[in-house]
Amino acid sequence: MQKAEKMKELRVFAQEIRVEALKTIGSLGFGHVGGSMSVVEALAVLYGEVMKVDPKNPRWEDRDWCVMSKGHAGPAMYATLALKGFYPIENAYTLNQPHTNFPSHTDRTKTPGVDLTTGSLGQGMSSAIGAALGNKVDGRDNHVFVFVGDGECDEGQVWEGAQFAAHYKLDNLVCFVDNNKMQLDGAVEKVMSHGKGIGAKFDAFGWNVIDVADGNDVEQIYDAVMAAYDCKGQPTCIVLNTKKGKGCTFAEPSGAHSSQPNAEQWAEAIAAAEAELAAVKAQ
Amino acid sequence: MSFTLIGKHEKDSRANRDGYVNAMLEMMEADPTIMHVDCDLEGCINTGKLAKAFPERTINAGIAEANAMGIGAGLCATGKNVWVHSFGCFASRRAFDQAFMSCAYAKLPVHVLGSDPGVCAAYNGGTHMPFEDCALYLSVPGSVVVDPADMAQTYALTKAITASGKFSYMRLIRKGFTTVYADGSEFELGKGVVLKEGKDVTIIASGIMVDEALKAEETLAAEGISAKVIDMHTWKPLDEELILASAKETGCVVTAENHNVTCGLGSAITRVLAKNCPVPVEMVGVEDRFGQVGAESFLREEYGLTAAHIVEAAKAAIARK
Repeated sequence: MQKAEKMKELRVFAQEIRVEALKTIGSLGFGHVGGSMSVVEALAVLYGEVMKVDPKNPRWEDRDWCVMSKGHAGPAMYATLALKGFYPIENAYTLNQPHTNFPSHTDRTKTPGVDLTTGSLGQGMSSAIGAALGNKVDGRDNHVFVFVGDGECDEGQVWEGAQFAAHYKLDNLVCFVDNNKMQLDGAVEKVMSHGKGIGAKFDAFGWNVIDVADGNDVEQIYDAVMAAYDCKGQPTCIVLNTKKGKGCTFAEPSGAHSSQPNAEQWAEAIAAAEAELAAVKAQ
Repeated sequence: MSFTLIGKHEKDSRANRDGYVNAMLEMMEADPTIMHVDCDLEGCINTGKLAKAFPERTINAGIAEANAMGIGAGLCATGKNVWVHSFGCFASRRAFDQAFMSCAYAKLPVHVLGSDPGVCAAYNGGTHMPFEDCALYLSVPGSVVVDPADMAQTYALTKAITASGKFSYMRLIRKGFTTVYADGSEFELGKGVVLKEGKDVTIIASGIMVDEALKAEETLAAEGISAKVIDMHTWKPLDEELILASAKETGCVVTAENHNVTCGLGSAITRVLAKNCPVPVEMVGVEDRFGQVGAESFLREEYGLTAAHIVEAAKAAIARK
């Protein structure tokens, strides 16, 4: 397949994830829309093209792993895994209902395809690194991907993990920073800024750092992952410059962490995302 | 379960930490999934031996306990059977959210090892003296919490925990210890050990307090008081059957722990007794205080962790019958 065609498929997949994530959160009426929307394109690249996974055998030993350390992006993971065939999409509509297998934050004990449990920020970073180490000890030729938020990088544990991964030369590890510039209380720059920048920090910790100018562009993300695969002896950090709430009519302008819009706003957002999906397909 | 009680109150010439290390050396040789993660304390508990024998499976995470616990979780998710070690204060207080969420909540049964329990932290002082480590781990649903008394028991319980598949916390006396059991003694998780039979009072102890309880039994016997002595090495799951049977036999109970009594072994035993067999209970342990620096002998006296305190508590419990 030509790269252009592949990228078109990934754009379609990304928008399908966006539509389904919005609809599942919308079925409840409130939730973490912002941080789910910003990582949709990266998830599409991973599950649509890059990662080796088997939806029929979610714990397949030789699989690639994906850890959503910014666990509140659960709805985006759930839509992605459903569309990939891990379970019917209807299941994800039980989001946050009593006894659901689709809790707001990702949980390895509940959802097929979720590799590690996250929610307390910073922790998915360490456990993903532990998984990368375990796979290396066993001599497997696979990769572990982990998503951290730029706000999440306030957590000291992210940096404890960063020094460990570099020290142990975990080149089977790729960390995406969802650099959407917003955290719960407002702009990252205002709440807790990152000195010389997230990328500069990872660089100082001994990582290979790749800056993706548009973190919501599937082709740029794909190229960055291929470059990460070529890097040996170091873990790679891919800084995705994204928009919080990307592609959601009520969330993108505000960049809000969680949203509780009215029914009319939900209908408008879902209709707009579906129209965009039709447009991407028609390209 | 077969054990041989020595109980002569004699200091052992060996370091207790080697109970853990020797068990691990044997198990790591036989089972390639077993790993040890340390936090720049290999030199303190002699796990440098593991690093030498099994360099790929002995991981030094540096002075970063929160990350170390997460590394343990991730390794466990790839099929490894993992111990994570730091001093008890840091293995509990500092990395508790990680132990709780990344490990236990995620059903990744990591084994946490906390060295220098309670007053054993001695010259490292109050900052390093955990009287609350077991309390934290008792609060984790489904956890196993263990406080071994000596090297033979440390060795046996290290093996039992490793084979258990359970999220667990084990205290580790690091250096000097008093021999309680003969080498080769066997113990079962969740099963208390009856060391002396008696009819007037039941003394239930763990860790460094087991030998104190045995000494107290001798003093009481000399005064005509018959004490039953139980080593309750496993705080959770608690041997409720043995506790209730003993309380019924003797009519009162004394608990003895190197830990804060507000949230430890005594509290756990009292919860069982209050519901099923409300007999008088006296607790020997740390009375809701912080630790402090000093020789272990001074600290044992300072916090009331001696045979004399157990004797006094036994008489008080008997008087309340």
